[in-house]
Amino acid sequence: MNVVPLDQLWVYLSGNPLLSLLVTLLAFMVSVRINQALGGTPLVHPVTLSIAMLIGFLLLVDMEYATYFEGAQFIHFLLGPATVSLAIPLYDHRERIRRLLWPLLLACLVGIVTAVGSTIAIAMVSGAQIETILSLAPRSVTSPIAMGIAEQVGGIPSLAAGLVLLTGSIGCALGPLLFRVMGVSDPGVQGFTLGLAAHGFGTAHAFARIGAVAGAFSGLAMALTGLLTAFLLPLLARAFGLG
Amino acid sequence: MSLIMGMSVLLACQFAGELLARGLGLPVPGPVVGMVILLVGLVLLGRVPPSLRMMGEGLLRYLTLLFVPAGVGLMVHARLIGMDLLPIVLTLVVSTALTLTVTAWVLDRLQRHYCRGKSE
Repeated sequence: MNVVPLDQLWVYLSGNPLLSLLVTLLAFMVSVRINQALGGTPLVHPVTLSIAMLIGFLLLVDMEYATYFEGAQFIHFLLGPATVSLAIPLYDHRERIRRLLWPLLLACLVGIVTAVGSTIAIAMVSGAQIETILSLAPRSVTSPIAMGIAEQVGGIPSLAAGLVLLTGSIGCALGPLLFRVMGVSDPGVQGFTLGLAAHGFGTAHAFARIGAVAGAFSGLAMALTGLLTAFLLPLLARAFGLG
Repeated sequence: MSLIMGMSVLLACQFAGELLARGLGLPVPGPVVGMVILLVGLVLLGRVPPSLRMMGEGLLRYLTLLFVPAGVGLMVHARLIGMDLLPIVLTLVVSTALTLTVTAWVLDRLQRHYCRGKSE
């Protein structure tokens, strides 16, 4: 019997989408376990942990991101249908949402102006490069929309996508803390706030930790924020003399 | 079969959304338009078919996993992030805290005001 040398086997495996797919799922499973072992703390978000683990792995085995993504894109692809399926919780809670339509719209506008305005202002004052500022600007919007906006105003789409994710995990860590300090206990308000400030991360957090009502409001906030920011951000960027 | 039915409905909505967004040159991504299309469809139908609910809620349960592949892409920008590390961290933390606080405060106020106004 002829045993294939290990390095040849590795060449085959590392060029195969199977490996990155498997490693992504394993990293996520391990991260969820670690998060649970730490008492489900929002400070160590499973997604941030998985991303760190996977970057470490890719650097260790010297694999390019493009090669990794060839396999991982099958997971990435599901973001599309998952976004579409947010219509289901929205439909389930339509009565509650319809009753609160105007407060929700107004809060959404105020939230977007705060998010984008404070992001551009803080980044400018602290001396970030212009590409960084423009990639940071759409950071509270769900990543597919943020990438489109970043491209439109002159940022770097893939950097924007990464900053969006970091925003999401920071939002999930700070949100519950701030709600407690402010005495905000309504699940609708909590969910909507998380969805606005932390997009899909906030929505996932709202579903998992607060409940279905919070999840529905969060999905609504995420969609509404995405839609409105796409129109508002270019105007706000111009107001700051950018883009 | 039911999972296939559910997935087909989701993909069809996304497809229609992509077509509409591209065709009309909207600045909004296709899946978001697809979500609006599905919502309109559900309102017209008046219920959520069980096959669609099973697939959709299954996807939403693992929503966070779906962000991982894009997030690993941060490694490509290690140099730019390294140069702007302090501004990036400062902006992310302070601005996110500000956004959460302002939104929660405004909505909490408005909701109480609005509910009281309606019940009177």
